[in-house]
Amino acid sequence: MQLPDAEHLVATLADKIRELAAKERIALVGIHSGGAWLAERLHPLLGSEVPFGTLDISFYRDDFEQRGLHTQIKPSHIPFEVEGRHILLIDDVLYTGRTIRGAMNELFDYGRPAKITLAVLVDRGGREMPVEAQIAAAKLDLAPTQSLELLRDESGVFSFKLNEKK
Amino acid sequence: MTTNPQLNKNGELQHLLSIEGLSQDILRHILDTAESFAGVSEREVKKVPLLRGKTVCNLFFENSTRTRTTFEIAAKRLSADVVSLNVGSSSQSKGETILDTVNNLAAMHADMFVVRHSQSGAAHFIARHVAPHIHVINAGDGRHAHPTQGLLDIFTIRRYKPDMHNLRIAIVGDLLHSRVARSEIHALTTLGVPEVRVIAPKTLLPGNVERLGVQVYHDMNQGLKNADVVMMLRLQNERMNGALLSSAQEYFKCYGLTAEKLALAKPDAIVMHPGPMNRGVEIDSAVADGAQSVILPQVTYGIAVRMAVMSILAGNT
Repeated sequence: MQLPDAEHLVATLADKIRELAAKERIALVGIHSGGAWLAERLHPLLGSEVPFGTLDISFYRDDFEQRGLHTQIKPSHIPFEVEGRHILLIDDVLYTGRTIRGAMNELFDYGRPAKITLAVLVDRGGREMPVEAQIAAAKLDLAPTQSLELLRDESGVFSFKLNEKK
Repeated sequence: MTTNPQLNKNGELQHLLSIEGLSQDILRHILDTAESFAGVSEREVKKVPLLRGKTVCNLFFENSTRTRTTFEIAAKRLSADVVSLNVGSSSQSKGETILDTVNNLAAMHADMFVVRHSQSGAAHFIARHVAPHIHVINAGDGRHAHPTQGLLDIFTIRRYKPDMHNLRIAIVGDLLHSRVARSEIHALTTLGVPEVRVIAPKTLLPGNVERLGVQVYHDMNQGLKNADVVMMLRLQNERMNGALLSSAQEYFKCYGLTAEKLALAKPDAIVMHPGPMNRGVEIDSAVADGAQSVILPQVTYGIAVRMAVMSILAGNT
């Protein structure tokens, strides 16, 4: 299967987000790890007045009972008032929707946002929750046995990797 | 291969009984996770849903208000239901055995026991006898161990002095009766701290203390020189009038931390104390309340560290 060029999709996503930021006062929140990388890249393009934070949703996962606590947890960092803000939530790949549910639950423990918009690089289908992305740079149809992973090399260049589960 | 009673068959942490025998990976996992929990306590809503529906039992056969309170707060910030029992004052006095007490609480579907006992090995004993889904945390057993205190000390050091490979740490006071010092020295060395010093009179040092890889000083003025971290230990009042020490005044003169003595350490050295403090015995008030003191942050971090331990244990089945 031909995977899309990640850098090309980042440029598409950046255009769409710039359009939104021109119309509305937003705050950027990236979900660890891929979404945080993207938010880090996109943030400078939006101007320094746009607040920027990251979430690690490990404490809000719905599979804690089955899988325990992740071994690589990063602190969530939301250095602005969430109350009353329009939050642009950013993730790399939208799949079941469970991560986004966890992220929304965590955001509400910082305050009540006025609005949450979801932007992703790839919507790969396979939803298990009523969650949709308002902005998606690409849509792919992947089998449940496949997982799409965003990689970032030392120079910060993004690429995709397709993993097959046995 | 020796079996470590703290680990499950996958090598994951099932109980926390002692720092001894924990790999560098497990130590780091606890410390890194605590870093994330430190942020939770600063939020508007100081709570995460990880232990929702779980029941944590604080079983205190020996009283310790601070330890019990921080465990209670930690469990509540993880959304667990918490029951705190001062067992010494109830069942035990009526003649119930430890195991009967534990089994009764297990019958009430407790998921985790936090155990404090005056006898060494009490938490191990309970861990050996509980059902496999139950987790046990040692909150201090006799002279043996108090792992979450050791971990929160290490967490505090790492927070203020992130480059552990470049540290000179001085531990001052009653190492003989401390249940934290020995395992802590071991963990600090495991995490790469190159120089740990102990400063104490001969009567308050365990035999063969050099074997832990520490440098021994009996003179505080020498031992504190260029230290990055000064860890004061609590001097138990009940031992003061025995054969080990002449008097509290005498002890303070030789081993009490004053501003003049602290000036021998590095200018940015931090001062730690596990509490409760004996002001004017092991530490002068001016130092305890001074700019270099991190004694209250230690209490704050204790909650994050206990949240990390509880959630890691609860996730390992």
